[in-house]
Amino acid sequence: MLEVSNLHVKYGNIEALHGISFHVDEGEMVALLGANGAGKSTTLMSIMRLPPPEGPQVTKGEIRFNGVDLLPVAAHILIVKYGVGLVPEGRHIFGNLTVFENLKLATYARKDKDQIEKDYERVFSLFPRLADRRWQRGDLLSGGEQQMLAIGRAFMSGVRFVLLDEPSMGLSPLLMLELFRVLKELNESGTTILVVEQNARIALKYAHRAYVLEAGKIVLEGAAEALADNPEIQKAYLG
Amino acid sequence: MSFEIFFQNLLNALQWGSFYALIALGYTMVYGVLLLINFAHGDIFMVGAYIGFFFATLLMGKYAGFSTGLPPAVIFGLTVLVTMVLTAGVGVAIERIAYRPLRRKGASRLYVVITALMCGLILENGNLALLGASRRNFPELLPNTVHNIAGVTFSNVKILVIVTTILVFILLETIVRKTKLGMAMRAISYDRMAVPLMGIPVDTVIVFTFILGSSMAALAGVLFATAYPVLEPYMGALVGWKAFIAAVLGGIGEIRGAFVGGFLLGFVEIFVAALFPSTLRDLIAFSILLVFLSIKPTGIFGIARATKI
Ligand SMILES: Nc1ncnc2c1ncn2[C@@H]1O[C@H](COP(=O)(O)OP(=O)(O)O)[C@@H](O)[C@H]1O
Ligand SMILES: [Mg+2]
Repeated sequence: MLEVSNLHVKYGNIEALHGISFHVDEGEMVALLGANGAGKSTTLMSIMRLPPPEGPQVTKGEIRFNGVDLLPVAAHILIVKYGVGLVPEGRHIFGNLTVFENLKLATYARKDKDQIEKDYERVFSLFPRLADRRWQRGDLLSGGEQQMLAIGRAFMSGVRFVLLDEPSMGLSPLLMLELFRVLKELNESGTTILVVEQNARIALKYAHRAYVLEAGKIVLEGAAEALADNPEIQKAYLG
Repeated sequence: MSFEIFFQNLLNALQWGSFYALIALGYTMVYGVLLLINFAHGDIFMVGAYIGFFFATLLMGKYAGFSTGLPPAVIFGLTVLVTMVLTAGVGVAIERIAYRPLRRKGASRLYVVITALMCGLILENGNLALLGASRRNFPELLPNTVHNIAGVTFSNVKILVIVTTILVFILLETIVRKTKLGMAMRAISYDRMAVPLMGIPVDTVIVFTFILGSSMAALAGVLFATAYPVLEPYMGALVGWKAFIAAVLGGIGEIRGAFVGGFLLGFVEIFVAALFPSTLRDLIAFSILLVFLSIKPTGIFGIARATKI
């Protein structure tokens, strides 16, 4: 489904990714692990093609989605036409809009009214807290609720492939578990997921496969259980 | 101040407040979406007045013997609509030609603001070069009639200006609260980066914002020319600056702020002029506003932006 090969990415004159390659197949949940500054967010931003100054610049390599070259494709087209969405690091929900407006805005380009109604219900049943707070401003939500809203929003935009950047950041262990259970549920009902995490333990518990990124290079990859048993990983990330 | 004079001043304040408010809207909406102070906006108001002038005189048969024979009130209505559409085109063209390429290159905001200033100067001087320095008289399409109810007098044009502005306020608030494009405008002002992630083309939202802002400035231009029918190329400069001050007073980025700031400025100006010698008007008026801003630097509805961007 998603095929990244020999991707080089820079910020200004500094290269942040030194030729990484990986792939995510349809229906998979894949984790991208690594320490702070390894280049995980850069990888996701490169796929989403956010315009400068937000986005990093791809200098070499390929990003293909079902064979289509994604490099010339703008972010909003990626969502509308190819069904690839991003839940960015730090959530980026619209704090001046209500929960419901946040979700509604995500349906901007959708025309399938009936399915949209069903999707609202799905989001509210996955995240009952959002239903309770649907008329509240986004910036009044707790961190966990904001993360749920960010995921709900991606779901409402109708994408079938979601990139998630550190969804567990700042969440209590309990909320983290709840969140990953929901991700798993979404994955099992057909959403392909690429999730970036610093918390390797929880990511490896729920993902099918994982890649480990270190200083802009992929240093390890494999099935999640195998990686969880890998002594190197245990030492570096599962401590 | 007798009641009669007070009431006249009140109407004048509301009328000038309406002009400021209609123009301030464009400043505030563009700032909300782009964080750009669009200093060409006062001149868009001027362009609107001129487009209105040429369209109205065209319909009246001033050129090449072509005459529509329409009644003046109909010509006025058509002029308002057509001027709004054409001026919106000018606003969007400036966005396309001047601002968008800079945005694409990630230019710092200072360069874009300077570009805006230059666009304004180009509009003023382009007008001067094209049409000459002579003033033009906007045709009297709506005969200025004065009504008298229970001892208070008011003119139809003033009432038209004020009522139109209130309707515009209701319309814009509805657009921004209820439509997806309006929501996207609010969303951009809070978090620009996340907007494309909702499948929203940011450029569409920006163009929509320029359409709204420029057409409201055009509306102000035609109404202004109807109330004060003398047009000259620099007519947008001072009014534009004052409308910008109104936008800041109200809290830039806030639609309500543009209206409240516009009316506040109108009131301060008119009542200072009523109570003090006219040469002191702007001095006293702006001193009051300076004190106001030093007490509340974010404007009436503004919130500190420290946490953003
Ligand atoms: N906007 C930016 N400008 C310059 N360098 C950046 C920018 N964002 C990230 N970097 C650098 O790129 C590298 C990878 O960062 P990032 O992808 O954010 O890491 P991670 O998400 O894995 O923590 C880091 O060295 C970081 O300093
Ligand atoms: Mg990161």
